[in-house]
Amino acid sequence: MARKVVITGLGATTPIGGDVPTTWQNALKGVSGAHTMTDEWVEKYDLPVHFAARASTAATETLSRVEAKRMDPSTQFAVVAAREAWKDSGLEQIDHDRLAVAFATGIGGVWTLLDAWDTLREKGPRRVLPMTVPMLMPNGPAAAVSLDLGARAGAHTPVSACASGTEALHMGLELIRSGKADVVMAGGAEAAIHPLPMAAFAAMQALSKRNDDPEHASRPYDVNRDGFVMGEGAGALVLEAEEHALARGARIYGELAGTSVTADAYHITAPDPEGLGATRALKAALFDARAHATDVVHVNAHATSTPVGDRPEYIALRAALGDHVDNVCVSATKSQMGHLLGASGAVESVLTVLAVYHRLAPVTINLENQDPEIPLDVVTGTPRELPAGQVMALNNSFGFGGHNAVVAIRSTGPKVELA
Amino acid sequence: MASNEEILAGLAEIVNEETGLAPEAVELDKSFTDDLDIDSISMMTIVVNAEEKFDVKIPDEEVKNLKTVGDAVSFIAGAQA
Repeated sequence: MARKVVITGLGATTPIGGDVPTTWQNALKGVSGAHTMTDEWVEKYDLPVHFAARASTAATETLSRVEAKRMDPSTQFAVVAAREAWKDSGLEQIDHDRLAVAFATGIGGVWTLLDAWDTLREKGPRRVLPMTVPMLMPNGPAAAVSLDLGARAGAHTPVSACASGTEALHMGLELIRSGKADVVMAGGAEAAIHPLPMAAFAAMQALSKRNDDPEHASRPYDVNRDGFVMGEGAGALVLEAEEHALARGARIYGELAGTSVTADAYHITAPDPEGLGATRALKAALFDARAHATDVVHVNAHATSTPVGDRPEYIALRAALGDHVDNVCVSATKSQMGHLLGASGAVESVLTVLAVYHRLAPVTINLENQDPEIPLDVVTGTPRELPAGQVMALNNSFGFGGHNAVVAIRSTGPKVELA
Repeated sequence: MASNEEILAGLAEIVNEETGLAPEAVELDKSFTDDLDIDSISMMTIVVNAEEKFDVKIPDEEVKNLKTVGDAVSFIAGAQA
């Protein structure tokens, strides 16, 4: 019998809140984190997209100036979220040789890399600072979190584009099940609101160009969706072997019951129109959780608001859950936060855990005319109450490269009322 | 041309920026590694910032000889002369 893994701590810094309570409250209310950017580089480079969903709270509100100076913004977000999750877990006395980190990113230290390139060209190699390498490396967030917590059972960095954050939970589950760790700080971080990634994502027609109305640009499932909104931030979850959590009387949010990762092997960026890889991932996560499709009551969908991406996910959900998909309520929280790339799966998993814990699904905003080819029961307007009994929710994440990752969260107790 | 006092004050500012140490703690007889707990990466960052601030070159092979703040002040003063 595999070890059960539970979630005992949550952390997040997102475009709709600098911590979990604020992010959660705004996710229930339906608040857009997307705004027009006033940076000089938007005009300087004549970028086709003038808006993004920036983290609502500067990392320097938590980190000291000296700490922040040695970290790429992506690592800053990771450390902020991990510290919140750690504090939330109540963990203190712990064998640090049994504490691991699985912290993902899609791109890594892109600000550091490109700033250093500018410095090299303008001032020469002598001015390229010695912290450049540790700040730009994609394992920077995992390494910094490991250093911050004293986590010595390995620090891992899953990199699978926009599936990365969810794949980190998959890796965390495996680390605990296999006995390599008792506690894992799992999460994802991204900070790519920089002119180059903005130009590159726009070049592939992935970004919404609704420049005159940023708050309504991210509109998953709407017939007028035209791309995703770039977001940034981090999410972190403390995963813990159930017996470890019970022995210390920890507050348990829910069980990380099953995870899965599959690959489309179909196209480097386009989703398989039949959603076959996503279907296999959904079925595999349910199998891993020893669950049935009918156990699922809620899905936090990947739903980025691109014309081509949203429908294959629906096809996969119908293929994996059968007609039971009609009984499942779906939240597309990228409508509020934008797309946090390698952090999105972690942040959305935080919301999925809270949905199970409070039996309350967050809202999807900007859905005015639902695409008739995506007949899902989407939560709009007000949060949806989930059934009081034992429930299961899924979080999907898909990434360029054909990466599919799914996590299944099962309730471990009765509904906990909102504070 | 900066005076030794001005160089010390400028170095203290650079050290504070990099490490958060109070500028008053950066005194002539303090060792960068033993007293100020500055690691090699921070030391190189301080050197590069000092080069820019004081418009001097501090060769890499010279950096290991700069054990104290006073060593650095003297080197920079000499390099400016």
